[in-house]
Amino acid sequence: MAGTTSDAATRRDFIYVASGAMGAVAAGAVAWPLIQQMNPSAAALALATTETDIGAIQPGQQVIIKHRGQPLFVRRRTPEEIKSAQAVDVAALPDGLARNAGKDAALPASDANRTIKAEWLVVSGVCTHLGCTPTVSTPSAPEGEYGGWLCHCHGSAYDTSGRIRKGPAPENLHVPVYSFMSDTRIKVG
Amino acid sequence: MSGPSTYNPKSGIEKWLDQRLPLPRFMHDTMLTFPTPRNLNFWYTFGGILTFCLGVQIITGIVLAMHYVANAGLAFDSVEKIMRDVNYGWLIRYVHANGASMFFLAVYIHMFRGIYYGSYKAPREIIWILGVLIYLLMTATAFFGYVLPWGQMSFWGATVITNLFSAIPVIGPGIATWLWGDFAVGDATLNRFFSLHYLLPFIIAGVVGLHIWALHVPGNNNPLGIDVKSPQDTVPFHPYYTVKDAFFLVLFIIVFAGFVFFEPEFFGSPDNNIPANPLVTPPDIVPEWYLLPFYAMLRSVPDKLLGVLVMGAAIVSLAVLPWTDTSRVRSNRFRPTMKWFFWFFVVACVTLGYCGSQPVDATIAGIPAVWIARLASLYYFAFIYPIMFFVGLFETPKPLPASIAQSVLGDKPAAAE
Repeated sequence: MAGTTSDAATRRDFIYVASGAMGAVAAGAVAWPLIQQMNPSAAALALATTETDIGAIQPGQQVIIKHRGQPLFVRRRTPEEIKSAQAVDVAALPDGLARNAGKDAALPASDANRTIKAEWLVVSGVCTHLGCTPTVSTPSAPEGEYGGWLCHCHGSAYDTSGRIRKGPAPENLHVPVYSFMSDTRIKVG
Repeated sequence: MSGPSTYNPKSGIEKWLDQRLPLPRFMHDTMLTFPTPRNLNFWYTFGGILTFCLGVQIITGIVLAMHYVANAGLAFDSVEKIMRDVNYGWLIRYVHANGASMFFLAVYIHMFRGIYYGSYKAPREIIWILGVLIYLLMTATAFFGYVLPWGQMSFWGATVITNLFSAIPVIGPGIATWLWGDFAVGDATLNRFFSLHYLLPFIIAGVVGLHIWALHVPGNNNPLGIDVKSPQDTVPFHPYYTVKDAFFLVLFIIVFAGFVFFEPEFFGSPDNNIPANPLVTPPDIVPEWYLLPFYAMLRSVPDKLLGVLVMGAAIVSLAVLPWTDTSRVRSNRFRPTMKWFFWFFVVACVTLGYCGSQPVDATIAGIPAVWIARLASLYYFAFIYPIMFFVGLFETPKPLPASIAQSVLGDKPAAAE
């Protein structure tokens, strides 16, 4: 490939490739803002933390608070509920991970790894299957066989630690990052 | 079939236009003289009916958009305002809402007709694939539209469907957040769904144009499934099929109007008259009737990702029918074995729809609905792949008539053959 013609062809090839590459970069640069505008806006991101008073919640009761537009369960568990959550064999669970955003991702799904204080269970109210809000189970109105929650959309049953026990949901109810500001106040996020 | 044009411009202005933009020639050749098999039956009138449905949805939709407010705080009330205060708003909204159901009713008949008469087979594969694409766009449009009234079913339907994407490994949750524009379905989601709901019908109209263009290359299939061989096999589209289509369109409109005026909430869910509440899921979430078969498939698989894949595969698999079907004969009229499998396929689809409408743990005649749905899903895929493939190979079809004209005009014993 010697001679003046092949030199000229090489120069032209270079120009083709270079202009094509610049065109691709430009197309990508135009596409990026058009794609990125769909992601949560600054206003949505600003609502990252939620504080709530939990002093009025009685044992056996749950309240649903709204955090980042989604329901969050705050449940004050009875001693029996804590006992049944702690008695579960972690190795036999469908999802063996704690799913606690405040702790190491590799921790097993023991009840201790999913709570800060055993009496308080704070979990996302979003079913890990397709995002419905599961219904809470109480001794007088049981939902599902495991005493925690039952999702009526597709039949996922959770236990008193919010762990998936039966149904199509792949993961335990997620535990958000939260902290106790006092005995009666938590901050989520 | 798009043979030489028979258009003959008469006036000076027609000649002038014909040399610059031959639109009258195009209309003349495609809508008036287009040679159409003379034996098309009732089931072939749904193409025209579907075009009518698309037109109705676009016109009523544009009107509704003049009164609707795409804002999570105002959407529900603006729909109530349309129903109560806007002049004839109730009528326009009921036509639009029931129009969606009528649209799907017609498209399902149109699709089953295509399968029964082998209309997807060569040389009409592209028509069929464009049709599957139109159907996909219709489901997306209908889904976006159902979210707009911002009732409980709107909100939770949107939550469940967008969460399907979160089943994708690694990038799934990011895609869901991207679709929502927030960490859950909310105001940002509603706004973008409104924008897309307005856009997609025009894209559908474009693909319908391609669908008809592709149809006009080989011409219509027909109930005999044999090719047009001579001009005696055809009649001009106008007046024969314009009148036939118009007649059945009127019958269709009577049914349509029956729902609009006498049972306008027949297809609706009472829960959608409750404003959206992100903290309370209704006890039973059920999609619109036309998505129930796919919903039943989703629920019949106990694994989240697999369920989503099965549901997607059910729609996409339709597009490969032209290649899984090995039969040399198009029409099921001449396929004594396939005919049974076809009707059983219809039954399986209806059964899936019924299972999808039932609560998760329901039983039908003592059998859990989920197991019935599993069997029906299995048959759905078996029909498209092994049954289409092997029945086509081993079945002996009945003898085909020599031509459409002979079949239609010949003496009765010959036609019955």
